[in-house]
Amino acid sequence: MNWLTLLMVLPLIGSAVVVALPKGKDKLVKQVALGSTLIVLGATVAMAVGFQRDNVDLQYVEKYAWIPSFGINYALGVDGLALILILMSTILAPVVVLAGWNECQGGRWSVKVFYILILVLETMMIGVFAATDVFLFYVIFEAMLIPVYFLIGGYGTGERSAAAVKFLIYSLFGGLMMLGSIIALYVMSGAQGGHTFDLAALSQLKMSSMTQNLLFLGFFIAFAIKAPLWPLHTWLPDAADSATPGTSVLLLGVLDKVGTFGMIRYCLTLFPDASKTFTPAILVLAVISIIYGAILAIGQRDLKRLIAFTSISHFGFITLGIFAMTSQGYSGAALYMFNHGFSTAALFLVGGWMISRRGSSTISDFGGLQRITPVMAWMFFLAGMSSLALPGMSSFVSEFLVLVGTFNRYPAHAIIATFGIVLAALYILIPVQKALHGPTTPGNENLSDLNLREKIAIAPVIAIILALGFYPAPLLNVINPAATHVIGQLGFSDPAPTSGGK
Amino acid sequence: MMTSTTLVYLIALPLAGSAILLLAGRRSDKWGHLLATGLSASSFFVGLYQLSLMLGRSNSERPITQKLFEWISVGTFKIDASLMLDQLSICFVLLITGVGTLIHIYSISYMSHDADRRRFFAFLNLFIAAMLLLVLGDSYLNLYVGWEGVGLASYLLIGFWNQKPAYATASKKAFVMNRVGDMGLSFAIMIAFATMGTVSFSGVKAAVDHTSTAALTSIGIMLLVAATGKSAQFPLQAWLGDAMAGPTPVSALIHAATMVTAGVYLITRSNFIFDAAPTAQLLVVIVGAITLMFGALIGTAKDDIKKALAASTMSQIGYMILGAGLGPVGYAFAIMHLLTHGFFKAGMFLGAGSVMHGMNDEVNMRKYGALRKFMPITFATFGLGYLAILGVPPFAGFYSKDMIIETAFNSGGAKGIILGCVTLLGAGITAFYMTRVMILTFTGKSRWDDEAHPHESPWLMWLPMAILAIGSVTSGYLLSHGDALVNWLSPLFENHAEHAELLSPLVVSGLALAMVAIGIAIAFIKYSRNEVAAVAPTDVSIFTTIARQDLLQDRFNEAVFMAPGKVLTAVLVKTDEAVIDGAVRGAGRIALGSGSALRGVQTGFVRSYAALILLGAVALVAAIWVVTQ
Repeated sequence: MNWLTLLMVLPLIGSAVVVALPKGKDKLVKQVALGSTLIVLGATVAMAVGFQRDNVDLQYVEKYAWIPSFGINYALGVDGLALILILMSTILAPVVVLAGWNECQGGRWSVKVFYILILVLETMMIGVFAATDVFLFYVIFEAMLIPVYFLIGGYGTGERSAAAVKFLIYSLFGGLMMLGSIIALYVMSGAQGGHTFDLAALSQLKMSSMTQNLLFLGFFIAFAIKAPLWPLHTWLPDAADSATPGTSVLLLGVLDKVGTFGMIRYCLTLFPDASKTFTPAILVLAVISIIYGAILAIGQRDLKRLIAFTSISHFGFITLGIFAMTSQGYSGAALYMFNHGFSTAALFLVGGWMISRRGSSTISDFGGLQRITPVMAWMFFLAGMSSLALPGMSSFVSEFLVLVGTFNRYPAHAIIATFGIVLAALYILIPVQKALHGPTTPGNENLSDLNLREKIAIAPVIAIILALGFYPAPLLNVINPAATHVIGQLGFSDPAPTSGGK
Repeated sequence: MMTSTTLVYLIALPLAGSAILLLAGRRSDKWGHLLATGLSASSFFVGLYQLSLMLGRSNSERPITQKLFEWISVGTFKIDASLMLDQLSICFVLLITGVGTLIHIYSISYMSHDADRRRFFAFLNLFIAAMLLLVLGDSYLNLYVGWEGVGLASYLLIGFWNQKPAYATASKKAFVMNRVGDMGLSFAIMIAFATMGTVSFSGVKAAVDHTSTAALTSIGIMLLVAATGKSAQFPLQAWLGDAMAGPTPVSALIHAATMVTAGVYLITRSNFIFDAAPTAQLLVVIVGAITLMFGALIGTAKDDIKKALAASTMSQIGYMILGAGLGPVGYAFAIMHLLTHGFFKAGMFLGAGSVMHGMNDEVNMRKYGALRKFMPITFATFGLGYLAILGVPPFAGFYSKDMIIETAFNSGGAKGIILGCVTLLGAGITAFYMTRVMILTFTGKSRWDDEAHPHESPWLMWLPMAILAIGSVTSGYLLSHGDALVNWLSPLFENHAEHAELLSPLVVSGLALAMVAIGIAIAFIKYSRNEVAAVAPTDVSIFTTIARQDLLQDRFNEAVFMAPGKVLTAVLVKTDEAVIDGAVRGAGRIALGSGSALRGVQTGFVRSYAALILLGAVALVAAIWVVTQ
């Protein structure tokens, strides 16, 4: 059965139904969108159950000639990492639809268009992780910009047009860098046995180290913009500031993961030697991102920008784990990608509810919410605890794995990165104090607490955060085999205990 | 090691209580406090049951474990969610659940007028569960979960009345400073894994022999950093005084009897590391000695009864840390002082709560006076705690504190003499500031306002105080009679070589009592013979001023860390906008040829963006077409 194609087609069917619905049936549109995303989730779970976790090869492989004369295939397949990222995306989609039930109001276009964009985006989110043909990946990678661009520019707030353009130009720039590398790979494949875009075949190409370094950079810059890594991050706070909370969840939670996913899937696989060459520089950028993102988050007055900067810090951890080249670092980074999706979702969704109720996203406009809207305040607090990686939350497991895995090979980097946990306490507890504690400030007296729909939307997010904090095995079991495999292919294995030189 | 199937109940019971109370919300307002108290008591009984089983087994078979599930497993980094109960952790289990249950009972009455009492009990249960995990975890990572868990509970309870901005700030300060300490624990775990390949207690213990001293020393120092954060030791002590913002039962349980002693537990638990890392061990002693004096000096200048007691706690934990740093011989004495301190300090904090209860929540001792007549039971129980902390025979502190002083003197050389003198001097200062507290609060003339109507607290409050007072009287004798605790714990620690005895126990006791007598005498001369001013005098010496400001700890942190940190943050925020984003904007402008082109893009011509996207695809297809020709 073509599971992956099915997953990609289901949201498209949903969007076709939405298109067909008559005008003015906004509620029905939302219900269809919610139903479609739930069906996709069900199908994803059904697929994931059959995943052979000890098999490091790609699974659910599909391959059809698409443009044979150019050697382009429609080729899909997932490993453990891609599987959990698809799972994360399909869990977040219904959550976002339900949580942002009313956020499409006030947009430039209709409610229908909003949900069509969301559903089309879901198809692409699945496809971008499942693609095993570099051309297919590139097409989806670029095409994803379109719905996100319209979601920010059409339904966002504030300087939404400018933010959308900034996002687009940054991404296009990265995309063009990658495009150059892809063309070069394609040309070389022609000289070495036939034109192809097949990832596995391209990874066998022989090339000079100079070529490899240049092509690596083409991919890496594209991914470092997506992820985003310091100093290529400045589009993210603006985009998060303007996007609706739901869009922000998909943008930071899913789309940015394409960056870190791409580093593993494309950079490490296609250019192992260049990856090693650039590792020292990348590790430095990762550590800078961790500390820089955290300090900038501490300095923010706007809630949405604050959350965006915390993500920059978190993506620093993910990148650090990937390039530490240890199984703990890799598994930690992979798990971090999954967990970050949920902790950021929780922060953005609850933060979004606070902002829409108060009509302001300035942190100091809130105050005393714990006593006015206790449930909403608690959810924000829990989301914050997840963001600062409190033990018991899923994020702790991944963050600690990254640190332990990095320390084994790069102790200095790990030590500096660990200072991030103190900064994390500050960037979470400062807004918690300002918004939730203290006396009730004027303008907040009549805020309403979460309604049933909102509670239903946030409950699974919190439940996943807590459950995986105590029992991460279901995910680690899927990730681990790939971890050893990937770092093994690069010629690494975990450092043995050193006894401290005795 | 024997396995058990019942250890998990110790933690599961209070954890369930916390979850039920938080999830049921207001629906459990009526019975929540009773459920929480009952579950804490059940956990105590499970602890007693485990003790009875343990007593029935031989020394080597006493430790038991329970593996719950595989928690994290990646490569060789394998951590089970696994519990271990041995002779050391059972002491803590009984202290935590025993004192914890008494404080639950006390709080039923103390918090009865608070609309959020249920939430308070939910947090108390959460604390008990996390603290039990801290002492029952069988690896440093499991301990870490409990370690941060108690930090969370402490944060929630310090800020229980966080509608007051100062209290909210106090809770944040505690959490952040604790996280600095937690970083030390993270480092210790990372170093242990990198050098030994394991982070379980048994694994690390077994690996010590094969590990270099440098690695062991770094692990030891990092564990000490962790201990200074959690146990409010120098230089991470500044949060404890502010933590008194929490309701008084919290101060008694978390910030006196249990959580703040976790650092002592950590060092004692890691005895195999410190025994093999003399430098780290020496640092432990130094930190203990500094904090012991630091806290005692602050204690002499505080007019807030809770802050005076908090300073005392800091100082007494300094004794414990110092004891733990004195190597194999000191571990058991540190634990003994920890247990007796758990009784008498919790008792005195509850006494302070009782006084506040009768005095409209007034905490300024200058507004007290003569309360002995109005609160006889509080006076009696507090007084017994007072005698215990002074170390008057035969009260509890006499046994436990004198052991530490004696061990300090006998630790050899100039170090022994210096440490001995510090601990002796500390005993004298302790006598001074505690006598001051007694005099200001309970004797002399009344200095309170007309609105105050001091009265004795209800039985739900004084009963726990009375039970703790019994402990203050008897626990020292019971634990040291026939070297009971030392023998009980001895299988866990290396056998120690006897040091040459510098001073005999009798001489040490004599010296200590002389110091205590001097301290009491000075306090009497200063506060009992003269009228106490109801408002703190301002024309005081520079030393008093500095002591009142906690020896300038906050000013130091403010000047060295916070102010530069704020500047750095502000500068980076500006730089990010102006320089980094500015460079990107500039590059974009150049790339697009001219400023007008960018403006054209930004004014909202959707088509031009779509064209840009198309450009990429077209370029790709064109390129493919070219190369395939």
